[in-house]
Amino acid sequence: MSTTESKNLYGILAEFKNPKALVDASAKVVEAGYDKFDTYTPFPVHGIDKAMNLPKSKLGYIVFGHALLGFSGAIAMMYFMSVIDYQINISGKPFFNAPAWVPITFELTVLLSAFGAVFGMFFLNGLPKLSNPLFEVERFKKATDDGFFVCIEAKDSKFQADLVRQLFEEAGATHIEEVYEQ
Amino acid sequence: MSKYEYIPEPALVKGNHDFASITKLVTDVNLRPTPRNWYLAMLPANALLGLLLVSIGYLIWEGTGVWGLNNPVGWGWAIINFVWWVGIGHAGTLISAILFLFRQDWRTAINRFAEAMTIFAVMCAGVFPAIHVGRIWVIYWVFPVPNQMAMWPNFNSPLLWDVFAVSTYFTVSLLFWYVGLVPDLATLRDKATDKIRKVAYGLFALGWTGSSRAWWNYEKAYMILAGLATPLVLSVHTIVSFDFAVSMIPGWHTTIFPPYFVAGAIFSGFAMVLTLMIVARKIYGMKDIMTDDHMEKMNIIIMVTGSMVGFAYMMEFFIAWYSGVEYEKAIFMLRATGPYAWAYWIMMFCNVISPQVFWFKKLRRSVGFTFFISIVVNIGMWFERFVITVTSLSTDYLPSSWDYYSPTAWDVLTYVGTFGLFFTMFLLFLRFLPMIAIAEVKLVMPQGDPHNYDDETQEYHPHVEEVPQPKAVKA
Repeated sequence: MSTTESKNLYGILAEFKNPKALVDASAKVVEAGYDKFDTYTPFPVHGIDKAMNLPKSKLGYIVFGHALLGFSGAIAMMYFMSVIDYQINISGKPFFNAPAWVPITFELTVLLSAFGAVFGMFFLNGLPKLSNPLFEVERFKKATDDGFFVCIEAKDSKFQADLVRQLFEEAGATHIEEVYEQ
Repeated sequence: MSKYEYIPEPALVKGNHDFASITKLVTDVNLRPTPRNWYLAMLPANALLGLLLVSIGYLIWEGTGVWGLNNPVGWGWAIINFVWWVGIGHAGTLISAILFLFRQDWRTAINRFAEAMTIFAVMCAGVFPAIHVGRIWVIYWVFPVPNQMAMWPNFNSPLLWDVFAVSTYFTVSLLFWYVGLVPDLATLRDKATDKIRKVAYGLFALGWTGSSRAWWNYEKAYMILAGLATPLVLSVHTIVSFDFAVSMIPGWHTTIFPPYFVAGAIFSGFAMVLTLMIVARKIYGMKDIMTDDHMEKMNIIIMVTGSMVGFAYMMEFFIAWYSGVEYEKAIFMLRATGPYAWAYWIMMFCNVISPQVFWFKKLRRSVGFTFFISIVVNIGMWFERFVITVTSLSTDYLPSSWDYYSPTAWDVLTYVGTFGLFFTMFLLFLRFLPMIAIAEVKLVMPQGDPHNYDDETQEYHPHVEEVPQPKAVKA
């Protein structure tokens, strides 16, 4: 690591032995006042949201917005096509045939909501993001297998490398290392 | 000793597994060199796929006259196969969405698998309405896009509702499947050692890190998608049943169709999941995750939905009699005793009688027997659609126009060909994507729950169920 000096520090990464140790450690990180940190786990760990003090996800609002768009879009489309633009008399049924429009309105509401849920989730998570300083850490490959990690980022206002290391050691980290920007 | 015996829920993952061994078990299938048997399986699958393409090509060249349709029976195998394949697809959504909302953790072993089956089954289903239109080059008329006639689709028609329902269903199933796949693709990206896999899996994993802040939104998205997919799957087969129920044909124009179609869809879908699961878990050695307990639970669902279907058959008969409508009464009598009685009784035997054997625990847990019944059920469900479609049309209001319907070779070859499409896709899935939702299985393992660790030492400490003992009664 001869080029270490020329790279900027991204943060300090610590590994913990199991989900319980990680939950306890993230509670300690929050207690110490850090807020630019994240934990990395192979599966969603129960109760870590409370330990990390995560705010409620905003995804519900995004989905609701899309649902409204799908609902009103479907009705507007059918109204324009069969009442305004080109009326076709089908067995003498009214042009604005609300009961018959229920299935398509429902389907398009669900379709748009699903788009909102999936792409909204990717948007909130900042994905796709194919380059990440953490991917340069060989050990971090365990985060999608059986590793439980915490990373406090250098841009945190309270960040001081030695204090962060000390915090992780006290919390019982099994491995600590620096992560550098590329 | 109390007379009550506490039976704990069986462990979801059998054997002595930790997180790493689960990852290895599942990802090895994708990362090791392609086994020779995979190519051997691909061969017949591709041959059948070729057959499908030839049958479709000939159909487009020659026209729908190559099928066995005749004057009263204008709907034949195409609609039967369409409804059958869509129905099979429904089990995947039931497992991934409805069982998720009911917090049935056992779904994690089979959901990826079943969702893949859904997508491929809907593809096979989609072939039929697309090719049956006769002039496939103007198939875009079914979509609300401007065309040379300056006309728009007829929004009063159940067939158009179907276009929206099935395309929405396919899209949402695909999205749901992909969202579930992202964390596992990241696992494959990190496990892969060669450049091609690293890049390919890496691209589709979108840079997933397993960040808890990301999981937090992810779980919300997953729950919302499950909440959306649940009414969606019920609506899709409801709308498929509207294709029949909204018409004025005797035997079709009934309000029982939507629930009865949905129950039948789940019934046949679970049978198909079992057929595939029993084979795949043996070949790929996944018996620790897809256990006999899973099979037993699915057999119970088959028994319940089979009984619902049986109840619907009886109810149809009763209502036909109770309605006092001559044509309704006649069509049901003709179903059971008329020219297609053979198909009716195959249906009754396969759908109503055969699943009742699962009242016996021994048979529910027998792998070979379950495999057999799972195939019988799908034969039965194909005949159900055959009976509904063909009997009502071939013997409708006017006896002078009655005619017997038989398929031609092209009907049969097209149907057999869709199995080629299905199995080609399924084999590709088994080879290149994790067949088990790795992250979700880890989540439901006892080691995945922080409550199963000691507060002081942080060591793993499996949860012991406290069994309340009845108080001793003093003599």
